[in-house]
Amino acid sequence: MDIAFLSSAMVTLLKAVPMTLLLFSLSVFFGGLLALVIVTMRVSGNRILSGFAKGYIFVFRGSPLLIQMFLVFYGLGQFGVIRYSFLWPFLREPVVCAVLSLALCTAGYSAEIFRSGIRAVSPKEIEAARAIGMSGFLLVRRIIAPIAFRHALPAYSTEIVLMMKSTALASLVTVWEVTGVAQRLISQTYRTMEVFLCAAVIYLVLNFLILQAMALLEHSLSKHRRAAPPSAVKA
Amino acid sequence: MATLELLGFGQNGWGALLLVATLMTLAVTATALLIGAVLGTLVATAKLSGNVLLVGLGNVYTTVFRGVPELLIIYLIYFGGSSAVTAVGQWLGYEGFLGLPSFAAGALAVGIISGSYQAEVYRGAYLAIAKGELEAASAIGMNRTLRLRRVVMPQVLRYAIPGLGNVWQLTLKDSALISVTGLAELMRTSQVAAGSTRQYFLFYIVGGVLYLLLTSFSDRVFNRAERRANRSMPAAAMGQA
Repeated sequence: MDIAFLSSAMVTLLKAVPMTLLLFSLSVFFGGLLALVIVTMRVSGNRILSGFAKGYIFVFRGSPLLIQMFLVFYGLGQFGVIRYSFLWPFLREPVVCAVLSLALCTAGYSAEIFRSGIRAVSPKEIEAARAIGMSGFLLVRRIIAPIAFRHALPAYSTEIVLMMKSTALASLVTVWEVTGVAQRLISQTYRTMEVFLCAAVIYLVLNFLILQAMALLEHSLSKHRRAAPPSAVKA
Repeated sequence: MATLELLGFGQNGWGALLLVATLMTLAVTATALLIGAVLGTLVATAKLSGNVLLVGLGNVYTTVFRGVPELLIIYLIYFGGSSAVTAVGQWLGYEGFLGLPSFAAGALAVGIISGSYQAEVYRGAYLAIAKGELEAASAIGMNRTLRLRRVVMPQVLRYAIPGLGNVWQLTLKDSALISVTGLAELMRTSQVAAGSTRQYFLFYIVGGVLYLLLTSFSDRVFNRAERRANRSMPAAAMGQA
């Protein structure tokens, strides 16, 4: 093991971490928003809307992310309508294409996770809310959404760890994030194992931090499930 | 119809190549799944062994290969494997670069990833076996091997089917990443077809549709397998599973 090489590789790779984090946070944010739209359509009861949502989920969960990303990156530019539209200055950027395809893909997976969370809300709670006169958006905001989100949280944290790993594919559409830089380092130095070790440590630390943050969130959202600590109980 | 000709089986058509590529994707995924089954069984056994060292090793395996991007693992096996092969070649007196065959490297890399997911599936399935059944088997004098063959394995397989279905889907989609090694599977062939005809949109859509066919078809196969494996179970338990 060559410590000098390891540390210089680590420094090079760490410089690419902001790009990985940017891809990750933007695609989780937009993917989450889109997933809310899709899951609303899916559970709306309207046949056309829920049919569209089913189709969306089927397509984006059933095909590899890489082909979706190439479709966005190489495919869209083929159409004059897009090339000459106001959108082109954005869609020309590899980062925008990567975020777009990551967000579209995770929205399909997240929508299904949110739906299983919604299905876990007990009908009795909804009935109770209706009985005291809640309906529509108030019912969703006060009763369904908080309970569904808490149920969906464990599966959703797995999904966002998968998202962190998926950002690696952006390197194949020329975005220089950690995996892309690692690949370039490997082909320059032929020291596969050392570079891999550094990159793996970076991803494992990032994923560990994500899981810790999600566990903290879950902990703070399920206060009611824990018994009050003995000191809080007055004699 | 220029589009039809491009996708057809004629001289300028990519139909035949895409068909072969789809079969290649199936072959590399199946190989990866088998490699993963062997590794997954070993890792699950290690994690269930109760030996501190083995449990630790098993945990490191599943944490690393589930937590690091698939692409990075493919680079590790493909480039790392090639330099290892080159080193062996030099030792045997062969000068120059030797590459690992892309099928072997790809199947091994995706198999290692698949193994880390399969390990958790098998571990979960083993833990789902009722304790009483294991005790009963020992009580009537079955030794470890017989118990494994008659009681443990059949049930682990049955409980593992839904999880294995998920792993198969995951492995099928991961196999698209093997395209970076140059193996002419579905992703790579769509890429080549798209590049040489400049019909990017068309060929990526066609490639995507072929993947969708593969995933939805295998979904059916696994559903049927699950129903068949559970045919002796009471209907109520089946509804739950």
